[in-house]
Amino acid sequence: MSEKHLSSQFDSDLNNISSQLMEMGGLVETQIQRAIQALARFSVALAEEVMHAEDRVDVMEIAIDHALTSVIARRQPAARDLRLLLAISKITTNLERVGDEANKIARMVKSIVEHGEARKMPIGDLRLASDLAAGLIRRALDAFARLDVNAAVTILKEDDMIDCEFKGFTRKLITYMMEDPRTISDSLDLLFLAKAIERIGDHAKNIAEFIIYIVKGTDVRHSSLPQIESALQN
Amino acid sequence: MTDTPTVLPIKIAVRDLNFYYGKFQALRNIHLDIPANRVTAFIGPSGCGKSTLLRVFNRMFELYPDQRAEGQLLLDGEDLLTSKQDVALIRARIGMVFQKPTPFPMSIFDNITFGVKLFENLSRIDLEERVEWALKKAALWDEVKDKLAQSGASLSGGQQQRLCIARGIAIKPELLLLDEPCSALDPISTARIEELIAELKNDYTVIIVTHNMQQAARCSDYTAYMYLGDLMEFGDTEQMFFKPNRRETEDYITGRFG
Repeated sequence: MSEKHLSSQFDSDLNNISSQLMEMGGLVETQIQRAIQALARFSVALAEEVMHAEDRVDVMEIAIDHALTSVIARRQPAARDLRLLLAISKITTNLERVGDEANKIARMVKSIVEHGEARKMPIGDLRLASDLAAGLIRRALDAFARLDVNAAVTILKEDDMIDCEFKGFTRKLITYMMEDPRTISDSLDLLFLAKAIERIGDHAKNIAEFIIYIVKGTDVRHSSLPQIESALQN
Repeated sequence: MTDTPTVLPIKIAVRDLNFYYGKFQALRNIHLDIPANRVTAFIGPSGCGKSTLLRVFNRMFELYPDQRAEGQLLLDGEDLLTSKQDVALIRARIGMVFQKPTPFPMSIFDNITFGVKLFENLSRIDLEERVEWALKKAALWDEVKDKLAQSGASLSGGQQQRLCIARGIAIKPELLLLDEPCSALDPISTARIEELIAELKNDYTVIIVTHNMQQAARCSDYTAYMYLGDLMEFGDTEQMFFKPNRRETEDYITGRFG
């Protein structure tokens, strides 16, 4: 955060929490990347690594919530400090869910590999979408670190791209399933994967919305992009 | 810069108010509308003029030869600064409680009836009723009802302060000015006084000066932030503590000021 408080202890508490959040974000990013690699290489070993690391994400979520409670109890933060802490609490929840999605992808990859078959499926599209989603999470965290509202708005726009990819991919899967009903089982697996990736994009979008909330004090959740842009101009 | 927060009836309208301690200008062009039947808090660092503004409201400054106020101070539309009215009558409409408890050197009962007797001619029974009413309002009755003849100075600090509030409201003023009423009190007495403030606004307009930001956030409806004699921002308390319009206000409220 810019500018120091009179109490340097307060500053260091806030900085610690922000660093913890970034660390959790870094971990979650790694989880997504590993899950994507596991998917690309059909690697059970990588998928299992993701599943094992899931606990660490959960532990960090609890640690950050604890630190937040402590600062709120001791400091009675107001205005942008209050908004920052509330937003961090929500961002943490979103990151934890992203971790869950990565874990879901890993489990699904493991199950697909163990059933064989999946190699014939259109994995390429999924990789594209998952790279997009992972990139969005990384940029959302960057935008948080810099409290960059413009970057946050860009993320909101790009999440729409992932949603489009998801719709396109779903249509493609439907044609596969219609042409050859034997692919239905695997197609459904892939559909769940695609859904998990799409959800990651949504969480990145939520994080971007909280950045706007911290900086501008405007709650832009459940607003359309034009509404958000006009709210920011005022 | 001020934001007139509301379309509520205005109790006191401050217009282009300047105030001087000799050559030193302590308030600069204050423009402020204090809504009726609401609690307004003045916050700001020491020396910002918030207590000065409070003292102008009941013309207390006139007790000192060097001090003068220019501008308008409209209580229900009547300018207090140019009023031909007796200052004592103005003060009967505007009660004040100070930072340090200031019980008069007399009994608890007489402390409360002292002001009342100046303005009203009440029978003994009515006076007793008024004392009980004021002490109950100030959440002090249960603690002192059996010792009303004792000296006010025999009470604890928190009780003395509540006695002063009881004395302030006993004359049934329209406006109650509280200058850091809780700064010498423990959290329990503070909580009682904050409860009292919340109740008082049903009947009075209350202005509270406080250094305790949380107190302003807890018990006021509107907050004015002052700095070096200027009114920096005035608005809805919730808004002021969540997303003030000015950076200076936010810096002060979040403890970044220095």
